[in-house]
Amino acid sequence: MHEWALAEAVIAAASQIAEEEGLREVTEVKLKVGELQNLELDLLDFAFSQLKPAKFRNAKLSVEMEKAEFKCRICGNTWLFKRNELDSSTSEAIHFLPETAHAYIKCPKCGSPDFEILHGRGVLLESIRGVK
Amino acid sequence: MVDPRTSIIDNRLSDIGRIIAVSSGKGGVGKSLVASTLALVLAEKGYEVGLFDLDFSSPSTHMILGVEGVQPKEERGIVPPVVCGLRYMSIVYYSGECATPLRGADTSNALIELLSVTRWGKLDFLVIDMPPGIGDATLDLIRFIKKIEFLIVTTPSQLAFETVRKLVSLLKELEIPIIGVVENMKMDNSSRIEEKTRKLGVKFLEGIPYDSEVEKAIGNVNKLLNTILAEKVREVASKI
Repeated sequence: MHEWALAEAVIAAASQIAEEEGLREVTEVKLKVGELQNLELDLLDFAFSQLKPAKFRNAKLSVEMEKAEFKCRICGNTWLFKRNELDSSTSEAIHFLPETAHAYIKCPKCGSPDFEILHGRGVLLESIRGVK
Repeated sequence: MVDPRTSIIDNRLSDIGRIIAVSSGKGGVGKSLVASTLALVLAEKGYEVGLFDLDFSSPSTHMILGVEGVQPKEERGIVPPVVCGLRYMSIVYYSGECATPLRGADTSNALIELLSVTRWGKLDFLVIDMPPGIGDATLDLIRFIKKIEFLIVTTPSQLAFETVRKLVSLLKELEIPIIGVVENMKMDNSSRIEEKTRKLGVKFLEGIPYDSEVEKAIGNVNKLLNTILAEKVREVASKI
C-alpha cells in the first residue's frame, strides 16, 4: 500500500477515535501491518510526521509487522512470503495492490495459485493513546 | 481494532459528482462495453469523467479503450492516468497479463485498497464497470460508497433478465438508487424487456440493437464512438 495514502488513512481513523474518546491530544498510534503490504516503514513514518494535525503533534507511530504466510488450498502446504525472491516489478505490483500476489505467487510445492493468506495481509489500527 | 483504510474512502470520493455502477445480474451482456462507452460519451459532452474497472478477475475495459504503456502516477497515493480523455483505473496496471484468481475476502481487500489509495480528484462522473452478479464487489460498493447509483445492463434473454430481477430486488431492499435498465444486443423490435422493466418499477433507458461493428472497434475508441452502440449510449447519457 502506498505509504502516504496509508498515513492519511491512519490519521483520519485515529482522529475519529480521538474525537469519540474525547482526547485533546494523541500521543501514540499503534498499527499492525501485514508484510504483504510491502511497506517502507521509514517512508510511512515520514509521511505520518508530515501529515499529522496539531492534535497529533507529539504522537509517535508504532508499527508491528506481521509476517505473511500462505496456505495452499489444494495440497495444504504452508510457506512464508519472501520479498527478496521477487523481481522489482512484481514487488512493486504487490506493494500497490497486495491481492496481485494471487497473480504472481504459486504454491512452491504443487504450483497452484489457489492459496489462502493466513497472516500478514492488511492494516489494522490497534490502539491509540492520548490525553483527555 | 479498525481498518484505517476505510476511514479515507469518503474523502477520496468527495470531489466526485455522481458515481455510477454499471452492473448486470449475469456476465456476457456487454456491460463493460456499455460502461466504457458511457464514460466516453460523457467525456465527449465536456464532463470530467473517470472509469474504474472493478471486474478484478476478468478486466476488459483496457482492451476496449486500447490502453497501453501507461501507469498511474504516485503522488501521495495513486493518480490514475488520463486515457482517451478518461481518468482510468484498473487492476491490470498491477496484474498485467496474469490471471488474478481472487476469492471473496481478497476481492473486498483489493476493492478497499484501491478505493483508499486512488486520488481521482474532481470529477463530474465516475463510471464503474462492475463484475457480474450480486457478489462481494456489489455489496462492498454499497457499503463504502454512499452516493452509489446503479445502471443495469441486460440482454433480451429471459435468463439475463431473471438475474436483473434479483439485482433490482436487492437494490430496492437496500434503498440504493437505480438509474434504469439498458437492453443490449437486441435482435428484433420486441418490447418485452421494456415492459418487464417497467413492471419492476424501474426506468427503461434504451434498447441497443446487436451491432456487429462493435467487435471491430475494440481497442479503437474513434471507431467505437461511431457505432450504433455509441449512438444509443448517447441517448442513455442524455437520460441520466
